[in-house]
Amino acid sequence: MSRPPSSVFRVLWPPVVFGIAFLLLWETAVKAFDLKPYFLPAPSQVWQQFRDNLDLIWEAASVSGANALIGLLVGTALGVAMSFALARYRLLNDLMSPLAVALNAVPIFVLVAVFNNMFSITSEVPRRLMVTLVVYFIVLVNVARGLREVSPTHLELMRSYAASEAAVLRKVRVPNAVPYLFTALKIAAPASVITAFVSEYFGGSQNGLGSRIVGNISISDNAAAWAYVLGACLLGLTFYLAAVALEGALTPGGKRAEDRA
Amino acid sequence: MSAVEISRVSKSFNAGRADAVDALVDIDLTIEPGEVVSLIGPSGCGKSTALRLIANLLEPTRGEVLVNGKPARQARLDQDYGMAFQQAGLFDWRSVAQNIELPLELKGWDKARRRQRTLEVLELVKLPEFADHLPWQLSGGMQQRVAIARALAVHPPLLLMDEPFGALDEMTREHMQDELLRICGETSTTVVFVTHSIPEAVYLSTRVVVMSPRPGRITGTIDVDLGTGRDVETREATTFFEKVTEVREALRGIPATGSGVEAVDR
Repeated sequence: MSRPPSSVFRVLWPPVVFGIAFLLLWETAVKAFDLKPYFLPAPSQVWQQFRDNLDLIWEAASVSGANALIGLLVGTALGVAMSFALARYRLLNDLMSPLAVALNAVPIFVLVAVFNNMFSITSEVPRRLMVTLVVYFIVLVNVARGLREVSPTHLELMRSYAASEAAVLRKVRVPNAVPYLFTALKIAAPASVITAFVSEYFGGSQNGLGSRIVGNISISDNAAAWAYVLGACLLGLTFYLAAVALEGALTPGGKRAEDRA
Repeated sequence: MSAVEISRVSKSFNAGRADAVDALVDIDLTIEPGEVVSLIGPSGCGKSTALRLIANLLEPTRGEVLVNGKPARQARLDQDYGMAFQQAGLFDWRSVAQNIELPLELKGWDKARRRQRTLEVLELVKLPEFADHLPWQLSGGMQQRVAIARALAVHPPLLLMDEPFGALDEMTREHMQDELLRICGETSTTVVFVTHSIPEAVYLSTRVVVMSPRPGRITGTIDVDLGTGRDVETREATTFFEKVTEVREALRGIPATGSGVEAVDR
């Protein structure tokens, strides 16, 4: 739903003013206390590094971004497929649901170290596998809920129409789950980027944003490391905004799961 | 042939367990075509359960339910009734017209026929200009009218309503009651109506069935004859208030003075 420009301004000015004030304070603090660049670089230095290294950052972002995107797509596809299976077979649901919830609480990032052993040292597969796994569970938990948590009135209505299970799935459960899928994607999109970065900390090729941040810190080039952090933030933000835009484009009437009674 | 025939029906939930509940015990009720019958009683008296047995959303533990002379299950499969609930229960990803078309889709009607019937029932509930709106763009009363239109889409001879106006404000509620009477008059539909409201039951019905809880059973039936063409004046008439009093006393378990109340022998 579009808002009048004045209302967009009203929503935007507090965070924008806060952000600028924060950067100014940071800049001033670095100058005033004469903080050394290896301790904390000033925003202006970071920005300088960002512009100087734009090509390298872009290259590294492409590597991490591709890992995140592939993992996101595969994980979403598998998560959706599995949630349909769970909705269909109760036993499978009883087996999988506690597992999915439990795994969500475990820092499964560390599995990437195990995956690294399974593939060649320069392979991107372990990282993509890691992203897939993280996305898979986020999508699975949410979409399965959307397929399952259908209004009892809707189910009684469908029964009164003598509708088959297949019809209930197609006409009620799937449309009900669509907003849940988008909720999942809004969580999974930034999570896929974070997972792609963190996966790079466990060895393998030194070509992504995550490994560049570590690399620059290890040679005490903090301003450059921060420039890569900025790149990482922008990549995560891009993924999130893409998920939001997709939701806006595909959800009729802008009704989302959280708006429902 | 009766519209509904319930004979010696009992319904227990969780039978054989510690938390077993006798929702209904030995219910007998026959409803003739064209009647508007209200089921009234306090919470737990089994009135919604009785409605769901007629709809075959539940199976009776004992006894038999016939709808249109067929077993309730067959009547459901044939879509012999339409149903409306307290929640309008519209699908918010479907437009008003698409909501009404759903039962027709499931019956396998083609698109042109569905569209035509949808416009007919939207005319009937006086909402033709809202066909392409989404449900949340409508007020509660309008949503409930769409739900009634949807229930009537398949031309059912029987309309089952579970507190359909319970969530509406008093003004809207009275308006909807008049609308329901008009619609049923135009379509000669039999109605079974579950409600908490005594005036609503009296105003709408040709017969009020009074039920009591623990275990759920019918404790009396009161015939109401307010005539056709009921309106605001009816609501202020002495005969109306007399019937309201009669139902209220039946609900309290006090034998009402005057005729019409028969204690059901148990």
